[in-house]
Amino acid sequence: MLKKYEKYKFLFSELVKRDFKKKYKRTILGMIWSVLSPLLNVLVLWLIFSTLYKKDQPHFVIYLFSGTLVMSFYSECTNGCMRALTSNAGIFSKINVPKILFLFSKSVQTLINFGLTLIIYFVFCLFQHLSFKYAIVLIYPIIMMLIFNMSVGMILSALFVFFRDIEYLYSIFMLFLNYLSAIFYPVTIVPERYQKLFYINPVYVFIKFFRMIMLDTQIPGWQIWALIAFDTAFFLTIGCLMYKKYDHEFLYYL
Amino acid sequence: MSVLECNNVSIRYKTGDLKQIGLKDYVLKKITRNYHVTEFWADRDVSFSLEKGDMLGIVGTNGAGKSTLLKAVTGIMVPTKGTVRVEGNIAALLELGSGFDPELTVRENTYLRGALLGYTREFMDQKYDEIIGFAELEKFQDYMFKQLSSGMKSRLAFSIACLVEPDILILDEVLSVGDEAFKEKSSRRIKGILANGVTGILVSHSVQQVRDLCNKCLWLDHGNQIAFGPANTVCNAYSAFLFLDKAHKRLPKNEDELNDISNRFRLVRYIGGRERSHPEEFDYTVDFEESEPARIQRIWRIVDRLSPAERQDMLDEIDGVNKLPAEIDENDPANIKASVAIEVAQEEAEESSAPKKNENQPEG
Repeated sequence: MLKKYEKYKFLFSELVKRDFKKKYKRTILGMIWSVLSPLLNVLVLWLIFSTLYKKDQPHFVIYLFSGTLVMSFYSECTNGCMRALTSNAGIFSKINVPKILFLFSKSVQTLINFGLTLIIYFVFCLFQHLSFKYAIVLIYPIIMMLIFNMSVGMILSALFVFFRDIEYLYSIFMLFLNYLSAIFYPVTIVPERYQKLFYINPVYVFIKFFRMIMLDTQIPGWQIWALIAFDTAFFLTIGCLMYKKYDHEFLYYL
Repeated sequence: MSVLECNNVSIRYKTGDLKQIGLKDYVLKKITRNYHVTEFWADRDVSFSLEKGDMLGIVGTNGAGKSTLLKAVTGIMVPTKGTVRVEGNIAALLELGSGFDPELTVRENTYLRGALLGYTREFMDQKYDEIIGFAELEKFQDYMFKQLSSGMKSRLAFSIACLVEPDILILDEVLSVGDEAFKEKSSRRIKGILANGVTGILVSHSVQQVRDLCNKCLWLDHGNQIAFGPANTVCNAYSAFLFLDKAHKRLPKNEDELNDISNRFRLVRYIGGRERSHPEEFDYTVDFEESEPARIQRIWRIVDRLSPAERQDMLDEIDGVNKLPAEIDENDPANIKASVAIEVAQEEAEESSAPKKNENQPEG
């Protein structure tokens, strides 16, 4: 494994670089967009929903930001990974490289974007005089999110090779997910007995983790840690199984 | 011990419904049991093995399965049946131009391609100037890749790829890159690499190239292995197959047939060459405007009418002549035998034709 890492280290860094450069090619603001777009997103949501929910939720901006931060990472990473195979088909049908590498590089590129946004997020927290007592614990959900997003990306990319419909289905799914992840409303607007249902949604669990650390300044209970581990392991297993089965089949469909 | 061994390699492509249809059709067709996948064997039972230092040429018409076979050898594809055993590292130069990113600059693309080919960063830093120099792209380093001309693109691709010092080198139609000057340069580069005892595979549509560079040759036709053997023999038989009309061309079924076709083709080439160099020896006017296929077809019919013994005699003479090249006497027995052959031919043929023979003019 380590040997393999050594072998592909250079290729990996070049791929990340390429993905990064391509993303901002021909844009005037370049990388600033990684920061600007989530900010604008938060701003819009804040303008619309702050009047509604401000009194239910202190530090409503951070509440919003936690949601969009996690959701944009998830959305960007899974969408990028979904297309990683088809857009790199020209390469791996001519050169023998592990296909999964293209998903890795895409994920890491989105992770860098996420990192930039995270800095802004912390700056906001600072302005809101929130405590950073447990902020270091966020490393756990961030690492798990990276694995989780890539696992979902693996599944999507495999499906996307076989059925291009996935692209459209997934964008509709993302719309639902956006509404169901309690990004811009407090969960308390739902009757109490249904509130538990939110935990079925893995993205919500990640958002919840962030909010508990930054807003409530408390370390989430073991159930949330375990739930995150379970969700990640579950999707990772499916993703790996699919790649194991179809890795050599992709070529026929591209 | 062989360096590369393919045992009964078969590769099946799946086509038909699975590629065109979307999710709705897929579900519908699955339900109505209307889902058909057609199979298509790109390669069937291909077997060969190469020793260290061997250079294999792969010939065959379009769609013969050459590139697919290379994909199996390089590990891009997994054979549906059979095994590929490789010792050492492979460098494959397959369809060079593809796989570059049009939006990135030449410099970025060079590094990316180097990384894809498994070079290290230090190696690339070291060799970067050499690559750009060889490709003659010094002035274009910060151009976007899509702004280059197609010749420049393939020159860059070749320059990056030929830095390799692999155990096995695979070349798929890469020696026809760029303008004449660059072709010359690239073919010298390749010969240099090969001279170091690398084992190589060359796919080429130029039979001449295969003869020049290879000592073994594999002939594929519609995925089937027609022949594997010494480059000259297989190339002769393959050229005969390419040039002859439908009535005369055939695929050799075994080694004897292969040798027979190859030998006939040698005779044809020999006579053809002689016709041109010494037209005065022939009792008909040699048509210098005649196309290559037409000439080969015409002479083939003459050779066809000779008895096997006569053909063997002529071949022995060619070999004899080859062993002692330079001056050959007009009256030596070789010429006499050849004219006998010509007489036989003329008796039966209504078309005017006939050869004579000598001089150093082998199958090449």
